[in-house]
Amino acid sequence: MEGDLAMKVMTMVQAINNALDIKFQEDPTIVTYGEDVGVEGGVFRVTEGLQKKYGVNRVFDSPLAESAIVGSAVGMAANGLKPIVELQFCGFVYPSYNQMISHVARFHNRSRGRYKMQMVIRFPYGGGINALEHHSESMETIYGHIPGIKVVIPSTPYDAKGLLISAIESEDPIIFMEPKRIYRAIKQEVPEEKYSIPLGKAKVLQQGTDLTLIAWGAMIREAQKAMVMAKKDGISIELIDLRSIYPIDRQTIIESVKKTGRVVIVHEEPLTFGTGAELTAIINEEAFLNLEAPVSRVAGFDTIVPLPKGEPHYIISPEKIYYHILKTMKF
Amino acid sequence: MKQTVINDHSVKTMNLLKLFSEYNPLDDKMFQVMDNEGRVQEPKYLPEISNERLIKAYKDMLFARTADLMAVSYQRQGRMYTYPPNFGQEAISGGLAVVMRDEDWFVPAFRELGAWLAKGATLKEVFLYFIGYEDGTVFKNAKNILPISVPIASQLQHAAGLGYSIRYKNEDSVVYAVVGDGGTSEGDFSEAVNFAAVWKAPVIFVVQNNQYAISVPFKMQTRSVNVAVKSYAYGIPGIKVDGNDLFAMVKVLNEASEYARAGNGPVLVEAFTYRRGSHTTSDDPTKYRTKDEEEMMAATDPIDRLRKYLVANNIYDASKEDELLAQFKKEVERQFNEAENYPAYPLENVFKYTYVDMPDDLKQQQIEHEKFLKWKETLQ
Ligand SMILES: Cc1ncc(C[n+]2csc(CCOP(=O)(O)OP(=O)(O)O)c2C)c(N)n1
Repeated sequence: MEGDLAMKVMTMVQAINNALDIKFQEDPTIVTYGEDVGVEGGVFRVTEGLQKKYGVNRVFDSPLAESAIVGSAVGMAANGLKPIVELQFCGFVYPSYNQMISHVARFHNRSRGRYKMQMVIRFPYGGGINALEHHSESMETIYGHIPGIKVVIPSTPYDAKGLLISAIESEDPIIFMEPKRIYRAIKQEVPEEKYSIPLGKAKVLQQGTDLTLIAWGAMIREAQKAMVMAKKDGISIELIDLRSIYPIDRQTIIESVKKTGRVVIVHEEPLTFGTGAELTAIINEEAFLNLEAPVSRVAGFDTIVPLPKGEPHYIISPEKIYYHILKTMKF
Repeated sequence: MKQTVINDHSVKTMNLLKLFSEYNPLDDKMFQVMDNEGRVQEPKYLPEISNERLIKAYKDMLFARTADLMAVSYQRQGRMYTYPPNFGQEAISGGLAVVMRDEDWFVPAFRELGAWLAKGATLKEVFLYFIGYEDGTVFKNAKNILPISVPIASQLQHAAGLGYSIRYKNEDSVVYAVVGDGGTSEGDFSEAVNFAAVWKAPVIFVVQNNQYAISVPFKMQTRSVNVAVKSYAYGIPGIKVDGNDLFAMVKVLNEASEYARAGNGPVLVEAFTYRRGSHTTSDDPTKYRTKDEEEMMAATDPIDRLRKYLVANNIYDASKEDELLAQFKKEVERQFNEAENYPAYPLENVFKYTYVDMPDDLKQQQIEHEKFLKWKETLQ
């Protein structure tokens, strides 16, 4: 499919910008706003150029208030707009959490389907960029745990574009978490035209027979580095990019686990109650008899993410993933 | 119209604070004692400060600026991470430094270096923080100061609680809490000021209105003519003051703290200033403001202004300033070097402060990680 289209090398930032551009052209009910989103084009330049192209009524700066950014999107969606809001950093989402959990997630249910909350809430997340406090957290679980919201995390520019287009088109509210560590670190050929990737589907990035490695976001790259290490031990690994925190693609995972019988899950967010716990439960429910070792989780500690000088201790290294792979193989 | 807005509280306010009624924020008046040339325009409001104290205040502001500019260059050299420059805003911290007492509480945001130092924080600590150690925001030897707070406006709630606790314990202190103009848009701002007002908590809310929240100008944060006028809604006194005028800052903070200390409740102080530098070292202001504007605002610079006053009144000999600056630079360099040579961050420091009573689970995570590290040494 990719071969037939005009391609352009893009970073994830550019791919997201491109997805927004395509949807803005197509659909005049789409607006986007947030702190520094308009004139500046976002602190990470994700919305750069859009205000010039589509005007201040569609692309604009909001006052500094996350609760109002998300809460106002509820009203817009109720009257037929499709807001895409940007929250500046993962650590500053929380003032809006009340609106997410009390309204965004519930309007459809509360109104028995009368009001759809067609919106996308985007924000950068994750560690590894030597940032100040509150700029490095990964907390996908607290969003995945809200009934009524779907949570998407891309790991490549290609996926970011295709998934964002689907997210914008989804009639359910989507939280779109962007792994800022790889915002510009990965460049990839991306079709210039519109394409979409279905939500809720994991992607098998590499086939393997000995062990299933599940990761997402910036951890995919680290997992791939660990796979290079494991290769010399002759371990055949199947790498799955989860891509959707909720809903979870049970089928892809279970098919893989039935084949390999061994699983390592990698996530930046803290271990306890993390997405890995949910994945482990699913695997227990559906592939218990296929398991040859306990499911192993490589995760953030149950601590506050340290400031930059302490972050190297916290951040998940390829070696640590490799260590868990070996332990799981030797079990 | 004004009459209807003024409730009981405000009437009392008027008696206590003549200055506040003279500079009524409804008229969008800004209180200023000296002009940009350092000439006193409001002699009756010139605060009583001894020449010695004044020279110290000036030198402290100059030291803070020296440190601030050097911090930016350390960051550019890759020796420090993201840093929020104070350049141009030094008289706000400078005023706080003159007025704050040891037992008063200071509730930081992240752009008031001079006030932290005045409270007893060391520059070494500040550098440590921006080099990436939590140790740098402990401010070990500073009395009654909270850690740096990054989530905008959230710290103001803590100020309200501190204020309540001061009343509860019958203490003689007040709380100074800082936030930016952008921060006044957050619900936390309204909630905190309202709480403090309802509780009559002794809190002086100081809004550093540097006219931008990153790229977003003040006009896009609010339709209010200024920040101070919002005080009417909470039934507390408010004033807009020239935040680049040390005398005006000292005068207002003195009055506000007297008022709060006497049990009348909180005060809202809008300190009008300009962020001459970038928002942080990762920001490029040319994207959202003009050189002309920057030059125009540079003429209001707080340090230049105070220097002009001091020199014109024969209080200070500016001819030795180069020497002074050289000395300051050396001192900044010394403290930076100490921070840079701080011991490596041990693994246990990641774990040991999340809880007072560390759960066994977490201990186990540390043990498991140490096992991994041992194994890692055997690799290759
Ligand atoms: C709750 C929250 N939202 C967003 C941010 C990101 N952010 C950091 S500083 C800033 C602008 C703050 O502007 P202002 O309050 O005017 O203070 P200034 O930086 O100008 O001192 C923003 C949006 C944050 N730190 N906290």
